[in-house]
Parts: sequence; structure tokens; C-alpha cells
Amino acid sequence: MMSAVAAHTSLLAIGSIMAPRSQMGFSLGWHIILACLGVGLPGLILFMEWRGQRTGDVAYRLLARRLARALGVLFAVGAVSGTILSFEMGLLWSGLMEHYGSVIGLPFAIEGFAFFVEAIFLGIYLYGWERLSPRTHLLSGIPIFIAGVLSAFFVVCANAWMNSPQGFTERNGKLVSVSPWAAMFNSATWPETTHMILAALMVTGFVTASVYAVAMLRGHRDRYHRLGLLIPLSFACAITPVQIVVGDWAARYVADDQPAKLAAMEGLYHGQNGTALSVGGVYYDNALHGAIHLPNGLSLLAHLDPNAYVAGLDGVPAGQRPPVNVVHLAFDTMVGIGFALLALGAWLAWTWWRHRDMPTTTWFLRAAAVSGIASVVAMESGWITTEVGRQPWIVYGLLRVDQAVNPAAGIGWGLPVLLVVYAVLTTATIYVLRHMTRTHPVPLAPQESDVTNAEVH
Amino acid sequence: MSLATALLGLTWLSVTAYALLGGADFGTGFWDLIAGDPQHGRPRRTLIEHSIGPVWEANHVWLIFVLVVVWTAFPPLFAAVASTLYIPLTLVAIGVIARGSAFAFRKAVTEDWQRRLFGAAFAFSSVITPFFLGTIAGAIASDRVPPGLARGNIITSWANPTSLTCGILAVGVCAYLAAIYLTADARRDEDTALAEYFRRQGLISGIFVGMLALAAIAVVHSDANQLYQRLTHRGAALITASIAMGLLSLLLLARRHYIAVRASAALAVTGLLWGWAIAQYPQLLPGLNLDQAAAPHATMQATAITTAIGFVVLTPSLAWLFILFQANTGEQRQQLSVRTRSRP
Repeated sequence: MMSAVAAHTSLLAIGSIMAPRSQMGFSLGWHIILACLGVGLPGLILFMEWRGQRTGDVAYRLLARRLARALGVLFAVGAVSGTILSFEMGLLWSGLMEHYGSVIGLPFAIEGFAFFVEAIFLGIYLYGWERLSPRTHLLSGIPIFIAGVLSAFFVVCANAWMNSPQGFTERNGKLVSVSPWAAMFNSATWPETTHMILAALMVTGFVTASVYAVAMLRGHRDRYHRLGLLIPLSFACAITPVQIVVGDWAARYVADDQPAKLAAMEGLYHGQNGTALSVGGVYYDNALHGAIHLPNGLSLLAHLDPNAYVAGLDGVPAGQRPPVNVVHLAFDTMVGIGFALLALGAWLAWTWWRHRDMPTTTWFLRAAAVSGIASVVAMESGWITTEVGRQPWIVYGLLRVDQAVNPAAGIGWGLPVLLVVYAVLTTATIYVLRHMTRTHPVPLAPQESDVTNAEVH
Repeated sequence: MSLATALLGLTWLSVTAYALLGGADFGTGFWDLIAGDPQHGRPRRTLIEHSIGPVWEANHVWLIFVLVVVWTAFPPLFAAVASTLYIPLTLVAIGVIARGSAFAFRKAVTEDWQRRLFGAAFAFSSVITPFFLGTIAGAIASDRVPPGLARGNIITSWANPTSLTCGILAVGVCAYLAAIYLTADARRDEDTALAEYFRRQGLISGIFVGMLALAAIAVVHSDANQLYQRLTHRGAALITASIAMGLLSLLLLARRHYIAVRASAALAVTGLLWGWAIAQYPQLLPGLNLDQAAAPHATMQATAITTAIGFVVLTPSLAWLFILFQANTGEQRQQLSVRTRSRP
């Protein structure tokens, strides 16, 4: 009887946190795509502008201007969707902020400045194209890129702290002392931030390349489109192997600091020595069914020792286990796409090495065209892995999500309202971006006047 | 002065900057809304687009900066305000989304119907957002947000006479500031007709704001007597200065002293905000004083240090942004409009 009552109350608790949790997940997942482009695109545009200034090549200069025009729209949408997240920290998770705002706040405060610098120099860069000398204009873009990367770093520092809460002491549930720098530079900080910044650059590269790959599939095979495909794709493909190594580092951090998350990623119930790596499969009845097992693989990857002990979900109380199937599937999706993108890079590198040219076969262009969406799916899967894998905790081992949520009546209505707002926003963003390219088609053989007349803002 | 007071002062300085800069950007949306049919409204809307285009994103960051510093340095204040006032805050958030994205979208599209659609979204949300920010200010000032999580009434805390008056006042002040800034921008472009249009709008809205302020005194007197007492005692000097500056700005606008009118109007808004702050200090919320709300010392210190370094980077950057786009915009706009017209 008592357990039935307990089960009932915990179900109620889940019901009341489902809406805010989905709202946060949705608005974060939406914003992060824009955030990736906000981090990566300035770097890409600056490279194009720099090449254009060095060589005078019209194709590079037109690419810089047209990408900058898209950045103007994307940055605005990213800025406002990012603002919503800072509101939601209080509207939805006021319990977290009341408890730990003083511990987790510092990186957010610094990020505020980084975002400020980004916004200021973006205004100067976009609107200053005709007002500044070419050299000054190029230099004015550099702070945007640096501040964008730093913004990503600081925000992910705060997320890392939720995974590895350090830098404070509590007595009877009350904070007695805080070391904000130790909290900011916790043990998850370096693997997580590095993984995310590289992911942002990859998403930018593959997404931009895929736009031009689609155009090439439609028959636009001129120098402008070839460069638009080749440059971002080369950058992204060059980062991919590095990202796989960094991902391995991040996973080893998870194995050490968050064993329950690793067990969920691998669908591992019984902790044991010499654990196999599991790919695919469905988890039920405390076991993974239908997976492919690579003997001793997990022990080797997680602890660099084929016979090492890997903790399973059996070491975690039943109420504190994350939902295994979501985490395992998301993790496999991320890793699978990572290796597929590595193969795409190998294809590009091989053809370049043999023929001093990029592959232009339809199949290569199709693969490049899909790489954009694939990289976004991989990045989102990574976030699902780390966020769902931490459940039921909002601060790992210390504060549960249901303890952090705003207790006010009616906050569940935020989810449907926001879904409608984001549906409109998504439609409008895609419509406007398509409209921009249609009303200003790329000239077949761009001239000097096409570059100077290409409006940036 | 304690660290907590210093950081609170810094936060309030950021609130002031947001009101003066971000507020004026919202105000331009109000004038965009009533700029008239596409043909008559075109030069007015073009001026608005060029005035706020390069700067609105930077001006918007003041709001984010206020949020992050408050939740770091005064977590109980942030948690209490956000949890009780989640409804107006959600509406502000939606207004922020609509304003920023619709403004960017409108510049990117070409057809008349598209520009009208996005323009309407931009203009409407520019009015909604300061209104709800005003209701939030009214809720806090009239002691309707108790400390703790969602302890206040989620409706009446912000849907009450004081809050609604503050909301309308916020919209009016934003519109007044915007009209003044736009008048100066139009004059710098040597567009006398446009300058006269915004000057007239400025005078009308200024008189409206003045009458509204009188009404607000009566509302606060009957609805939130505690606030009235505070404002007329500890806040009296600054509130009086604010009223005097407001009247002076109207006089200066009427006599076409465009530079001085900016300064006096800005001082009027600053006086109002700081008069409220000083009247309420050190109480943040009823039963929550500054010292009780402040984060542990190490956090306050780290926030103060990073903020100091941040402002060293920020100040020259902001100065460059504003100076760059305040200079000879007229020539630029003519080039731009020639190009826009010649576009196929």
C-alpha cells in the first residue's frame, strides 16, 4: 500500500516536470543549432573575406558577402532564442537558481560579456562593410569569432558543472562556502567544452557545405558554388577525426565521474570486468537484447585496459537510473554519424590526393548534401546523451529535476505556447533564408559590380 | 561601500542603460506601428531601420547581462521574481523573440506584403515587451513579490493598478525617448520634414507621458501607499529632479535644442529609476534585504572582478559602435536608397 502511494506521488511528480523538462529540451535543442552557426560562420566568412582580399577573387568575395547576409538573420534569431533560455533558467528552474545560482552563475556572467562583444562587433562588421577600409573591416570581424567560441566555452562550463558539481561546500542543505572558479573549471569542463566547440565548427562546415552541394546537384557547377562546397567541407572533414579522439576523451571522463550515464549509454546492467562494447539493441528486463558485442571493447575504451571493471546500472538505486533506451540509441546515433562523416572526409582526401580535385560525382554531392542534417542530428544526439543520461538529476547526485522546478501553478502551459511560437519562428526563418537566395540569385559569371552591389544588411 | 552594494549599483546601471538604449529601440517599434500606410510610412520606417539596425542587438544584451548578474550575485531575488512573475516574463520572452526576429526578417524580404507582415510583428511586439517589463517593475516596487519560490500570487502580483500603470508608462517613455533620438537622426540626415514629424510626435508623446506620470502618482498613492511614502521621502530629491528634467526636455524639444533634449530626457528616466532604487534600498523584496540576498563573498568577488575587466573591454567597443554609426549616416542612406531603387 505504501509503495503504491509512493509510486503514485512519484508519477505525479513526473507529470509535473514533463512539460517544463520538454520545454527546456526543445528550446535548447532549437537554439543550439543557431548557436553552432553563430560560433562557426564568422570564422568561415572571415576566411572567405581574407582570401578574397588576398587574391581579389570575385567568387571568394561574393561568398563572404552572401554568407554574411545570412549570418545577419541567423545571429538575430540565435540572439533572441538564446535570451529565452536565460529567462527559462528562472521561469522553469527557479529551484536550481535559488540553490546554486551563486555557484553556477560566474560563467554565465562572463558569457554575458562575450555575447556583448559578439553583438557589438557583428553590428560593426555587417553595417561597416562600406564604411571601413578592407583591412579594418576584416579585423573588426575577428572579435566576433573569438567571442563566439568563448561564449560557447562559458555556457558549456555551466553545463559541465551540472554533470560534475564541484567548488562548494554544503552543510544541512545550505551553502557554506563557494569557490566559483573551481566550480567553473570542474572535471567535466575541458572534455565537454572542447567536444562542443568542435561540434559547433563541424555543424557549421557541414551545413554550409550541404547548401552548396544541393545547388551543385541542381546544376550550378561554377567556381562560386564549388568553393562554397569545398572550403566548409574541408574544414569540417579536417575537424572530424580530432572530434572522434576528443569524444573518446569525453567518454572516459563520463566513465570516471558519471558511471550511471556510461552504463545507460551502453545499456549495461551488471557491472563487470572485461566488458564488451555494445552497439544497437533494445534494453528491457535489465538487459540489452539484440546488440552486437565487441568483446572487452568497453573496458578498453573507458579505462584503457581490456580487463578493467565497468560499473553497471545495478550499482545505482532503481529510482536514480536514467531511461536507458533513449540514451543508448542517442549515443550510438552520434558515434555512427561521426564515423560516417569521417568516411566522407576520407573520400574527399583520397580524391584530392589522387586527382588534385574534389570529387564531383552525384553520389559524393548527395553525401555532402546529407552531411549537414547528419551533423546536426549527431550534435543533438550528443546533447540527448548527456542530458537524458543525467536524469533524474539536474545537478548530478545533489538536486533532482523535480526539486528544481518552479512550483507555480500553470507553468505546464509554457510548453504548448512555446511550441506554437517556435513553429512560426522555424517556418519564418527557413522562408526568409530561401527568399533571400531566390530574390538575389548568384550571377553565372560574377563581376566586380556583383560583389560591391551585394547587400550585406 | 560593500561588494553587494557595488554589484547592485552596477546591476542598476545596466538596467538604466537598457531602459535608455533598449527602451528607445522598443519605442521605435511604436512609431513604426503608427507610421501610416506603406507609401507615407516608408521614409519613417527606413529611418527607424537604419537607426536601430546596427545597434539593437548590442542594446539588447544589457537585459541578458542584468539577468545573469542578478542570478549570480543575488540568487534568492532572481528565483523569487522569476517564479512568481513567470507569466509576464514569458510574455516578455515571446515579445523579445518576435521583435528581434521580425526586425531581421523585414530587412531581408522585398515584397510589400512580406514587409508589412514582419513589420507588424516587429512593431506590435515592440509595444508588448516594454509593457510587460513595466508590469514586472510595478510588481517589485509595490512589494507584491515575496521571497521564496512562487510565494506571490501569479496573477494579481502583476495585474494590478500599479503594475498596469507602470506598463503603460514604460511604453510611453520608450516612445518618447525614441521620438527624440529619431528626431536627431533625421536632422543629421538633413531631412527636415522627417525631423519635424518626429519632433511633433515627441511633443505629443511627451505631454502624454507627463499626464500619465501625474495619474501614476494618484494610482500609487491609493494602490501602493508604502511605495508612495518611499518615493516621496527617501526618493523625493531624485523623483523631483526627474520631473524637472522631463519638463525641461519638453521645453527643449519645443525650442529644437536637439542635443540638450537627449540629455535631459535621459536624465529624467535615470532620475526615475534611481529614485525608485534609493527609495527601496536596501530592501530588494519585502523581507529580503540586500545582505540576505547576496551570494557568498567569493562569488561576489569573482563577479566584481570579471565585471570590471568586462567593462574595460566593453566601453571602447561600444564607443566605436556608436561613433561609427552616428557619423554622416545621411550620405550612406542616400547611397543605400539609390541602390535599393535601382535593384531589379
